Amino acid sequence: MVLKSKDLLGLKELTAEEIEYILNTAKTMKYILISKNKKTPHLQGKSIVTLFYENSTRTRLSFELASKYMSASSANVSASSSSVAKGETLIDTAKTIDMMGTDVIIIRHPMSGAPHLIAKNINASVINAGDGMNEHPTQALLDMFTIVEKKGSLKGLKVAIIGDIYHSRVARSNIYGMTKLGAEVCVAGPATLLPPEIEKLGVKAFNTVQEALIDADVVMGLRIQLERQKKGLFPSIREYSRFFGLDEKRLKLAKEDALIMHPGPVNRGVELSSGVVDCEKSLINEQVTNGVAVRMALLYLLTRRDSVENIN
Amino acid sequence: MRTLIKGGRVVDAKSKINDCLDILIENGKIAEIGKDLDFVSGDIIYAEGKYVIPGLVDAHCHLRDPGFEYKEDIETGTRSAAKGGFTSIACMPNTNPVIDNQAIVKYIINKAKQDGVVNVYPIGAISKGLKGEELSEIGELKFAGAVAISDDGRPLKNSSLMKKALQYSSMFDITVISHCEDLDLADEGCMNEGYMSTVLGLKGIPSAAEEIMVARDLILAEYTKVPIHIAHVSTELSVDLIRHAKSRGVKVTCETCPHYFTLTEDACNGFNTLAKVNPPLRTKKDVEAIIEGLKDGTIDIIATDHAPHHEDEKNVEFALAANGMVGFETALPLSITYLVKPGHLTLEQLIEKMCVNPSKILGLNKGSIEIGNSADLTIIDPDEEYVVDANKFSSKSKNSPFNGFKLQGTVYYTIVNGNVVVREKVLL
Repeated sequence: MVLKSKDLLGLKELTAEEIEYILNTAKTMKYILISKNKKTPHLQGKSIVTLFYENSTRTRLSFELASKYMSASSANVSASSSSVAKGETLIDTAKTIDMMGTDVIIIRHPMSGAPHLIAKNINASVINAGDGMNEHPTQALLDMFTIVEKKGSLKGLKVAIIGDIYHSRVARSNIYGMTKLGAEVCVAGPATLLPPEIEKLGVKAFNTVQEALIDADVVMGLRIQLERQKKGLFPSIREYSRFFGLDEKRLKLAKEDALIMHPGPVNRGVELSSGVVDCEKSLINEQVTNGVAVRMALLYLLTRRDSVENIN
Repeated sequence: MRTLIKGGRVVDAKSKINDCLDILIENGKIAEIGKDLDFVSGDIIYAEGKYVIPGLVDAHCHLRDPGFEYKEDIETGTRSAAKGGFTSIACMPNTNPVIDNQAIVKYIINKAKQDGVVNVYPIGAISKGLKGEELSEIGELKFAGAVAISDDGRPLKNSSLMKKALQYSSMFDITVISHCEDLDLADEGCMNEGYMSTVLGLKGIPSAAEEIMVARDLILAEYTKVPIHIAHVSTELSVDLIRHAKSRGVKVTCETCPHYFTLTEDACNGFNTLAKVNPPLRTKKDVEAIIEGLKDGTIDIIATDHAPHHEDEKNVEFALAANGMVGFETALPLSITYLVKPGHLTLEQLIEKMCVNPSKILGLNKGSIEIGNSADLTIIDPDEEYVVDANKFSSKSKNSPFNGFKLQGTVYYTIVNGNVVVREKVLL
């Protein structure tokens, strides 16, 4: 099998088979990742650049380590310290990176559709590491990988995603990916933080956290950003936490063996209580490990597309 | 100088002609209309099998001159208009400098006389610098030649100033055109708020942002008893509010644009910046309501909102892309294909909305085929099919979401004040 597109722009664009193929490849990669000698030659001779227009710790580091573990040459560009600060357009910046022999550009950008724009204009593969409110496909892939690892499959599972769904690219990617793999997805958040007509994406939407949590197999909290309060989307962190925060008591509504997840970074005591973050069922740390495995898998699959096509 | 147009089907909504007739043009005016007119010397245009209609009148376009000549200028803009069958166009004041004083009005009129190929009528700003703070010199604008006033592109946020603009302009009998948008509701939105904005993760502009301002302006028009013209109506409720106001006797007229009866928010899919426009493309139910409004007469005018932008202003992140699309060269074929062919409007009704009504609302003596009128005529083949090729547009800009569309209706001749500007589909 081979991924259809040279780029990974979102899970919206992938088929269920392609998602499963990536998750299966990530299994092998995780084996390498947790072994004593984590160095493989898979990406030898490949050049990988991260182009980040927003701050990031885990996503960027995760991609960078994934490239290094697989022997790629990797480099980073930060918007604040590059020609971007001098007013260069996104396409020009991307073309410049492309022309230096880059095989994969990993981009994070505050505007939805930015990765799609550069993908059309360059030869290198483009991986979306988060674009505006649109998608964060590698985060969703690692979330799904983590769930599949624990539960065997997503089919028939009930997944509750709680929080600021409106601004969340993580929620959108997870909705596309999980529904494609047969999960039932429920979202809950303040009415001001649910996007219009979200149910047309194949999910159930609620305005109380309780309704979404009932019998959930997986509970995912999303980061709430303080700046949304200034925009009048909710009155205070305190009130948000009171009605939508996940604590031990509320989690009793979910299944006994429900998994607790969060894309990080967590606001302790806001979307999740500290007790929940650190509890046994919490997979927040494993998510981080799996993030590297999934990104290794993606880099591997995208850079070998050409050779596979040639063999076929 | 004489020109005879021979054998075409002459159709006009105002003079109620619909017959195969000859038209004799003399010294830029329509001298005679009749069967088998005698002809001594001059130019003969054989129009058998074609329709001769009044030159189209556009009540809403952006010529970008002065200030943004890299997008369009008066020469290219008027040539694009002529190519699309327009003989008179009214251009919006969001130029740089803004059309908020006599000098800029005169500059546009003079430049149009020199470089333009169709009649150009400037629209002045309601407020100085389009800032929404103080009224511009509306009387001076009118006497310099402005045919209407508008802060198009921006709403007049201050209701009190809008009320004063209506009252003050009524002294000069100049049409007030309102761009209806509640900026707080529109916020950082860059497309319609709805299913597609959710799918694309883009911030949405609720239809309410338009409708609330439409309602406000209708109330102010009723209160002041001054006519108002609502620009680019795009939503179901806007149409309904205007219909209701008309039934109350409010002196309101309004326009829509071809993209609001042909496209929906789905056109933005894949982050297609060519479909980014303000007001944004809406939903199927809105498109149906716009067509209904055109049919029952609630919507008076089809305007282009011709909004040229440089390629670099569209080939960027969706949220950063400029709003608007070029419209002159697709307005007539889109209207024929989406309104006349499916039977929503007759050709006469289309002529009302693209010739008669815009002339009436802007106070121009244009838009009809009558003896003594200036010879502004367009000869079309409403049945001829073609595929839109934006690269062949005469406009300096090519930003059209209709590129590749298969449409019906081609312009064979555009005649402005008796001068043939487009001959056999070729711009001279």
